[in-house]
Amino acid sequence: MRALQTLGQGTIERTAAIGRAAMMLSGAIFGKFNPIRAFPLFVKQVHVVGVLSLIIILVSGLFIGMVLALQGYTVLIDYGAEDSLGPMVSLALLRELGPVVTALLFAGRAGSALTAEIGLMKATEQLTSLEMMAVDPIKRVVAPRFWAGVFSMPILALLFSSVGILGGHLVGVEWLGVDHGSFWSIMQANVDFTKDVLNGVIKSIVFAFVVTWIALFRGYDAIPTSEGISQATTKTVVQSSLAVLGLDFVLTALMFGN
Amino acid sequence: MTSRKIEILVGFFVALGIAAVLFLALNVASQGVSGSGETYQLKAKFSNIGGLKVRSAVKVGGVVVGRVESIQLDPVDYAPVATLAIDKQYDNFPDTSSVAILTSGLLGEQYLGLEPGFIDETVEILKNGDYIEDTKSALVLEELIGQFLFNQGSDD
Repeated sequence: MRALQTLGQGTIERTAAIGRAAMMLSGAIFGKFNPIRAFPLFVKQVHVVGVLSLIIILVSGLFIGMVLALQGYTVLIDYGAEDSLGPMVSLALLRELGPVVTALLFAGRAGSALTAEIGLMKATEQLTSLEMMAVDPIKRVVAPRFWAGVFSMPILALLFSSVGILGGHLVGVEWLGVDHGSFWSIMQANVDFTKDVLNGVIKSIVFAFVVTWIALFRGYDAIPTSEGISQATTKTVVQSSLAVLGLDFVLTALMFGN
Repeated sequence: MTSRKIEILVGFFVALGIAAVLFLALNVASQGVSGSGETYQLKAKFSNIGGLKVRSAVKVGGVVVGRVESIQLDPVDYAPVATLAIDKQYDNFPDTSSVAILTSGLLGEQYLGLEPGFIDETVEILKNGDYIEDTKSALVLEELIGQFLFNQGSDD
């Protein structure tokens, strides 16, 4: 009896949480807003979420591209196929590593900050105060952050891939001596704009949607204590990382499966 | 931080994003077969296409002039027919041309090697939808080994 009750309670709680998350999301997406008043809020959040994440994204992209080139070279040289280093590095970055690693870093760098910020707003009753002043906190606090996240992450992922390819070029061509011309021309022959670049962008838009949603909901739904906020931040990072990796498999199977 | 500074930084961020798209589109991805983008179709019937795929390259002397558009079985004799989309600017192949399925490198991808034939008064130029008669099928390793073993056996 006890086990049944726990099971039932857990199910009801989970379902209710999904419902609250969906309500919050629909409020953020479909809520009416005044574009003139909302735009500065959006720009400010793009700065917080996107511009301030640039350093970590660019540096990790550079180093991941360099490592890929170095590791790929040691294997490909055995088959005399080191000219294929360009397509290997660029396809790996554009299709998988760009969107996925950006989403993971984004969850750690920006997602946790969003959760903590909104959780603390809730704990210090700022959200309630907004409601008292007849300002909808979803419109004022959640929506600009949501759109800023969805807008910033694809840009960050594109920058990650570009810098990674330049890093691969640095190690492969400048250091290990792969031919400059064949590095770029074989890459161009193998990378397709719609199939590889655009699919990577679609992936990162989906990841941005999910990661920002989880981060905002965890903050909005946090238990308003210091312990509750710390739990909510942890949940954001864990759940959004798992969601990104799981979704990545599904998207890859849909896009490149056949 | 003033809102002006924030706006400048966000503008910089978006500009970086646009630069990344341009870099990926122009420098990393292929720019299609050629500038014009207009193609005409030729067909070629093979007995075995091996590992040829849709979108495989069609090359003349190593230069890409088109792509394989579709591969279907002939409804009458069940032989694979490849439809090639050739760039409009190369529209002067005589019907004595031959096409062979070749492999780039030892283990590389398969592509179609198109060999322009001779031209004289009786030879016509291939038009949209024409068949290239002279085709060489893919080399299938298992068949080669089979033939080799068969020849070995018949020597005794």
